[in-house]
Amino acid sequence: MCTVCGCGEGETKIEGHDHQHDHHHHQHHDGHGEHGHTHDYGQGPAHAHAPGLSQSRMVQIEQDILSKNNQYAAANRRYFEQLGILSLNLVSSPGSGKTTLLTRTIDDLMANYAICVIEGDQQTANDAERIRTTGAKALQINTGKGCHLDGHMVGHALEALKPEQGSLLFIENVGNLVCPAAFDLGEAHKVAILSVTEGEDKPIKYPDMFHAADLMLLNKIDLLPHLDFDVERCIGYAQRINPRIKVLQVSATTGEGMEAWYQWIAASRQMAMVGNPAVPA
Amino acid sequence: MHEMSLCEGVLQLLEEHAVSQGFSRVRRVWLEIGALSGVEPEAMRFSFDAVMKESLADGAQLEIIHQPGEAWCMQCSKPVQVTARYQSCPQCGSYQLQVTGGDEMRVKELEVE
Repeated sequence: MCTVCGCGEGETKIEGHDHQHDHHHHQHHDGHGEHGHTHDYGQGPAHAHAPGLSQSRMVQIEQDILSKNNQYAAANRRYFEQLGILSLNLVSSPGSGKTTLLTRTIDDLMANYAICVIEGDQQTANDAERIRTTGAKALQINTGKGCHLDGHMVGHALEALKPEQGSLLFIENVGNLVCPAAFDLGEAHKVAILSVTEGEDKPIKYPDMFHAADLMLLNKIDLLPHLDFDVERCIGYAQRINPRIKVLQVSATTGEGMEAWYQWIAASRQMAMVGNPAVPA
Repeated sequence: MHEMSLCEGVLQLLEEHAVSQGFSRVRRVWLEIGALSGVEPEAMRFSFDAVMKESLADGAQLEIIHQPGEAWCMQCSKPVQVTARYQSCPQCGSYQLQVTGGDEMRVKELEVE
């Protein structure tokens, strides 16, 4: 593992990123690697070796376990702010229809915005290929054994993808309602997608994710007549976990409700650009 | 679960502090884990031993300090204890709770050599 930025841990693969380690780490690694030589003062309080005495001591750390990830996420967020990019982190269980929703969204919005996509899956580049057929730029990250994307992977993906000023960036996280909740990627909003073919109690079964999300898209509503799914109860559960969450009912297949989702994107993009001189509105 | 990556995060912090604070072995690690952090302490212990193998903290003892979940009840206008995010106020039954504590996961202290 690269001890500077943690690259190479696990089996993460980013398309087109060969992971040669002479690289240009992100700007926040300054200050490392200055210690070319070691001083042997001993590690005790007096910095002296005292045979027979224990050298153990206490060190106060008081640091968040995710602080490293949060640093990478903050760097990504600065990058998005500077370029006026609206970044959305799409999270859901596998099979909620994320990729279908995304391809439809891209088809409908391509004329209005430049759009790029970062796809996270454990294996295969299938989803990125599906996205590329829409004409949008897409990059696949394979997390290997990992169950979520983290700020560091996304940082490297941005180096390769180079989203342009004022564009929309969708980050499709690994299908998993647990782990991605904890890992900030630097996105403006997490969007949780729940399909009506899943249980209506998912928001209270996986509360961390629905707590972290700003918007919930209730997908596949065209199937409601065939199912025993209580929409009101589901929305009630989501609001119990997160009183601020907004809920939109959509069908990526029939297009029902998608206009509201596009309006939400447009409004969020406006917010991302307020006061940003880099981008003409 | 993501306890494995969290332990890798802990190891990164240990390695950084080993350089900045001049120690080479870690004997004991105190973690503060909140009841609402989504971290399973047992999974954390399991992953900790595996991740610390052949590192500066190989064989280190893991001490977990549990923090209770705390929330502010808007109806009662006072702090209450909760054990999960979807819980209602134990006093009045309202769901209008704002979590105020217990979602932390921090490396608090180390015993080092």
